[in-house]
Amino acid sequence: MKQFLSFVRKEFHHIFRDRTTMAILLILPVLMLLLFGYAINTEVKNSKIAVYDPSNDSYTRAIIEKMDASEYFSVVKMLKNEQEMSEQFKNGEVKMVIAFSENFHENLLHTGDAQIALIADATDPNSAKSVVNYATAIIAGYQMESQHLQQIPFQINTQIKLLYNPQMKGAYNFVPGVMGMILMLICAMMTSISIAREKEMGTMEVLLVSPVKPAMLIIAKTIPYFFLSLINLTTILLISVFVLGVPVVGSLFWLLVLSLVYIFVNLSLGLVISSVVNNQQTALLISGMVLMLPVIMLSGLMFPIENMPVFFQWISQLIPAKWYIIGVKKIMIKGLGFSAIIPQLTVLSGMAVLLVAISIKKFKYRLE
Amino acid sequence: MISCKNISKKYKKVQALNDISFEVKPGEIFGLIGPDGAGKTSLFRILTTLILADEGFASVDGLDVVKDYKLIRERVGYMPGRFSLYQDLSVEENLNFFATVFNTTVEENYELVKDIYQQIEPFKTRKAGKLSGGMKQKLALSCALIHKPTVLFLDEPTTGVDPVSRKEFWGMLKNLQQQGITILVSTPYMDEASLCDRIALIQKGRFLTIDSPQKVADSFQKTLLSVSAENMSKLLTDLRAISEVESCFAFGDSHHITLKDPTSTHKQENWGPQKKNINDIDLTINNLKMMLEAKNHINVVIKKIKPGIEDCFMELSKNNL
Repeated sequence: MKQFLSFVRKEFHHIFRDRTTMAILLILPVLMLLLFGYAINTEVKNSKIAVYDPSNDSYTRAIIEKMDASEYFSVVKMLKNEQEMSEQFKNGEVKMVIAFSENFHENLLHTGDAQIALIADATDPNSAKSVVNYATAIIAGYQMESQHLQQIPFQINTQIKLLYNPQMKGAYNFVPGVMGMILMLICAMMTSISIAREKEMGTMEVLLVSPVKPAMLIIAKTIPYFFLSLINLTTILLISVFVLGVPVVGSLFWLLVLSLVYIFVNLSLGLVISSVVNNQQTALLISGMVLMLPVIMLSGLMFPIENMPVFFQWISQLIPAKWYIIGVKKIMIKGLGFSAIIPQLTVLSGMAVLLVAISIKKFKYRLE
Repeated sequence: MISCKNISKKYKKVQALNDISFEVKPGEIFGLIGPDGAGKTSLFRILTTLILADEGFASVDGLDVVKDYKLIRERVGYMPGRFSLYQDLSVEENLNFFATVFNTTVEENYELVKDIYQQIEPFKTRKAGKLSGGMKQKLALSCALIHKPTVLFLDEPTTGVDPVSRKEFWGMLKNLQQQGITILVSTPYMDEASLCDRIALIQKGRFLTIDSPQKVADSFQKTLLSVSAENMSKLLTDLRAISEVESCFAFGDSHHITLKDPTSTHKQENWGPQKKNINDIDLTINNLKMMLEAKNHINVVIKKIKPGIEDCFMELSKNNL
């Protein structure tokens, strides 16, 4: 036991004395959350639009006012002719142009057929889509209001309710994703690097020629990173609740349990990686490329798993982060209880046991 | 204490060790002398159970290096070739850590490391990575000794250490020997060979000879001359061009040469006693001096010298190509 504690103390020394790395590990989650929260934002607000309104009647003016009043758009320019339209897009000054047909109101009243063209800059397809959707919704809303005024006998109203995330905040999606990513990064990458460092520096050679048990050496390696990831978990949750406004709806207890299991999975993943590499650089590359990329691409953080080809859907099943992110969403966002995350907990626990077993079995008690 | 029988080890294409057999007696300082890449580290790693030999049998302290590796690891001290302590831990922390690794405490075995550790104790809060080469080796030795090992394996402990610290270091080894510790030490420095009880000259994975340093030096039967002049590099080529010169090697400030025995017809080594008397040698030296001066060498100095371990090594390695 004394041996074990002395090992753990040594590992903490390594971490605390490498100030730069420690600072990166502690600041990284904060940085990532804020980046995702503010800089990389798929929500569209205050998009600049221009209007081409040849009819300029009460109806079109009302629609333009409604657009301008909404939080999504601000009308920056009234265009005089159609040629100006393409110039606006070329300069990249506006995201969308709204063009009304001539004699809009008259046509609407008499033929019932008046047209509005929504022309969007689709160089960024996602934001173009949202901009068009918002605009369509506003126009439809206005149409409904005006029909209401004219006392049309029957009408069908569509009521849309967005569950769990009524404001469609992106944070609800990326907070669980960032949690999955950060915990994996710190646990798997740092554990594998720290063992690879012992091999690289030759200290492993000395440790091997000693009565130290491999299991003890391995477990002692993981303890400091376990604590570090708990700190990170706390930071992430605090930022997401108080800065990004994503509440923990469900039980904090089960969220922690799920996270602990996930941390174990990644620690043991780091151990497995370290058993196959001999230097820090390879450890970094493997945990960076082999772990990070699939997590970003295949865990459902960026792209919905349902849209992937079947082959990748299968692979995504093997990614711990995928299970964790689903579990976190269930508890944190949907507020579901323990019974809802049983599958995720089971899969993650299974992975943890398997990986720990592999890492202890694969531990090389000789140099080759 | 250490026993090797027909040990061979091959890495992909390189034959690192070729049929090595030797014994180290208890309480002996046994030196492995050879250049880089001779196979010294491989042999150390086999004996410290870190790698497996392809062929042969080895035991340390009566324990088989393959079957009883766990027991061996408890009782030997190993200092690898390059500095292998934690650079970001202080001197004191390193020592304490390795003490607990071996389930002991610094206090328990302080007597053993006292002489060595006292020299670095003033710097005990300094990080190991910031120590000088000599101090690093003293710390590494302290760490390797802290559990009172029966056998100490030191792989090139004095490489990269200044001459004064090297001398000190060997003094420490002598002290440890008096405390009954068997020491296997390797070095590329031939001058350190004479400090061992017995040495093995190793080259390209083969032992050239195993004996006490004195006997190894005595086995050198030919007349050895040292030659120096102003232009040393031209001297080397010119000497090698002379047909009577059998071998010529550059040694620091002079070239060491052996001459072909005029009485023997074949130029292989001649184990019988040399029949030349002093006058013959004086004659040869004069002849040689004249030949060299004819080739425009100035300040030519030729002396008969006593062979050292390095001369033996050079002579023996000629036959191991």
